Amino acid sequence: MRKLIFGLVFAVLPALGLAAGGAVPLDHIETDHTNKESLQRGVALFTNYCMGCHSMEYARYKRVAEDLDIPVELYEENLIFTGAKIGELMKNSMSKDMAAEWFGAPPPDLTLETRLRGESWVYSYLRGFYKDDSRPLGVNNVVFDNVGMPHVMVDLQGLCAVKPNVGVEASVEPLSGNINNGDLCPQYASEGSMSEAEFSQAMYDLTNFMSYMADPVRVERERLGIFVLIFVAIFFVFAYLLNREYWKDVH
Amino acid sequence: MQKLIQWVDDRLPIVDAWNKHLAKYYAPKNFNVWYFFGSLAMLVLVNQLVTGIWLTMSYNPSAEGAFASVEYIMRDVEWGWLLRYLHSTGASAFFVVVYLHMFRGLMYGSYQKPRELIWIFGMLIYLVLMAEAFMGYLLPWGQMSYWGAQVIVNLFGAIPVIGEDLSLWIRGDYLISGITLNRFFALHVVALPIVLLGLVVLHILALHEVGSNNPDGIDIKKNKDENGIPKDGIPFHPYYTVHDLLGVAVFFFIFFIVVFFFPEMGGLFLEKPNFEPANALKTPAHIAPVWYFTPFYAMLRAVTVDLFGLPAKFWGVVVMGGAIAILFVLPWLDRSPVRSIRYKGWLSKIALAIFAVSFVILGYLGLVPATEGRTMVAQILTVLYFLYFILMPFYTRMEKTKPVPERVTG
Repeated sequence: MRKLIFGLVFAVLPALGLAAGGAVPLDHIETDHTNKESLQRGVALFTNYCMGCHSMEYARYKRVAEDLDIPVELYEENLIFTGAKIGELMKNSMSKDMAAEWFGAPPPDLTLETRLRGESWVYSYLRGFYKDDSRPLGVNNVVFDNVGMPHVMVDLQGLCAVKPNVGVEASVEPLSGNINNGDLCPQYASEGSMSEAEFSQAMYDLTNFMSYMADPVRVERERLGIFVLIFVAIFFVFAYLLNREYWKDVH
Repeated sequence: MQKLIQWVDDRLPIVDAWNKHLAKYYAPKNFNVWYFFGSLAMLVLVNQLVTGIWLTMSYNPSAEGAFASVEYIMRDVEWGWLLRYLHSTGASAFFVVVYLHMFRGLMYGSYQKPRELIWIFGMLIYLVLMAEAFMGYLLPWGQMSYWGAQVIVNLFGAIPVIGEDLSLWIRGDYLISGITLNRFFALHVVALPIVLLGLVVLHILALHEVGSNNPDGIDIKKNKDENGIPKDGIPFHPYYTVHDLLGVAVFFFIFFIVVFFFPEMGGLFLEKPNFEPANALKTPAHIAPVWYFTPFYAMLRAVTVDLFGLPAKFWGVVVMGGAIAILFVLPWLDRSPVRSIRYKGWLSKIALAIFAVSFVILGYLGLVPATEGRTMVAQILTVLYFLYFILMPFYTRMEKTKPVPERVTG
């Protein structure tokens, strides 16, 4: 019977590996919702570069301000451009109908984007733009081929002239000592205001913020989870002792 | 207190019921770890009912508002995220414990005479549970909710002559729409839970009438002491109530690890495409039902040949339905003189092992996109699944069984 159980367990194992995989190689990141500075930089980037087109319509400004330790007045002054009240949902001013007319399809709501596509996907996508004159907007993306979105952060990153090294491991040539694929972009068509390291950090912050928005309760949930598990463990000890007490007269 | 109990008992036999089902219900003393899953299924059922009631208070069953109301529960409702994760994880946990509970039945022959009705009520519970889970999965109104429902409802369309009208009748529309969502909501929160609870009562009443089986498959009522109490029996309460508390603790430990740390379970419990609202104009690249349906989904896809002028899809539905239907007649397929796998012969042991492994691998194949090779494996495993049942009358009679002891072996 024991063999049967083992057999079952091993047969289940491959199913658990399902989450991995995917056609496009990605740069993997670990998000950290306790890093408030990163999240604050992220919300600033998101508000300034993304919210013109993308809403976060399931979330409220107030919750973001509170969770990220941003004073409400400061938030209203600098991060709400539509005249919305702090307690409102983060809907932007562009109407879906107009957006559909301008872009062919309305830009998707991004509240849950990292849970839909994955954090590493979003991070890789944000760093994946490059110059492609065959496309209507002059850019393409290594993660999302024939993407309909313009490279909105071109003034920060600059425009990569060739496909950037997303999801590619850097390697050192043993004889010459040259580093291959060490840079995100080997050759720029135009320069941006940030260095590559700064831009990558900025995109990490942005992804981190989006990941927080998709799952704002994560930190609290995991904090509580520890206490719940400790409680259940203590409960087990008492249940075990109670059970032993009763069962000692069963032979 | 004593007077109050007496007062009620004169009008309603509560003491009698307490004794019959708990304090003087004699269960075999040799239950092993497999016997936790019945009470755990009850625990999960209660969890689903309680969290479900509270979710209903904030959920909006309309095509326009469903998706947003789920996010409202996750963000704005106090403890809403916990209620929802308890409910969504509970759904998967329900199937985990029910599958293990059923496997226990297969191992120890708990379906054999005189427990045929218990098994049939159990199968009905399983059937209703699948309907309940399927309809519940439409409610978040995400992409996988929508397209999963589309695929499953379209299966009815494969039935000749009446199929198209039947699926139209189920949907209430030409495609899955707010109408469908509303009726699934009504069935999910009212109709099916009532049926489910009724069946659970019948399942337990039937069990307590004939008594519990045990890992040895011995009838403990054959050996009674001078007071008419089975020698190998112990009162369910307090012995198994305290014993089941242990199972509850271990179960909760694992359950809460998922709820608090891995609520999506890597896309198995909450599928990633479901974080995008339902869109009738955009079909996802890969539609996979939730893991607990995938063994049957794999069987459905495994049938690829048209037969007798009927399309492969129809035969796929027949195979899928047959895979569940054949479980109902299991008590009459097993001709073995013994119940437990412990005393059955090698053929039964091998057959059960092949069956279990086939079922699990089919579950995996139903999750991943079909390729030619995978379809072939699924076809072989589907045949093996059915052979377990079809050949059962023969191998259970042919094989040499071991002698069954008089008393339970602990």
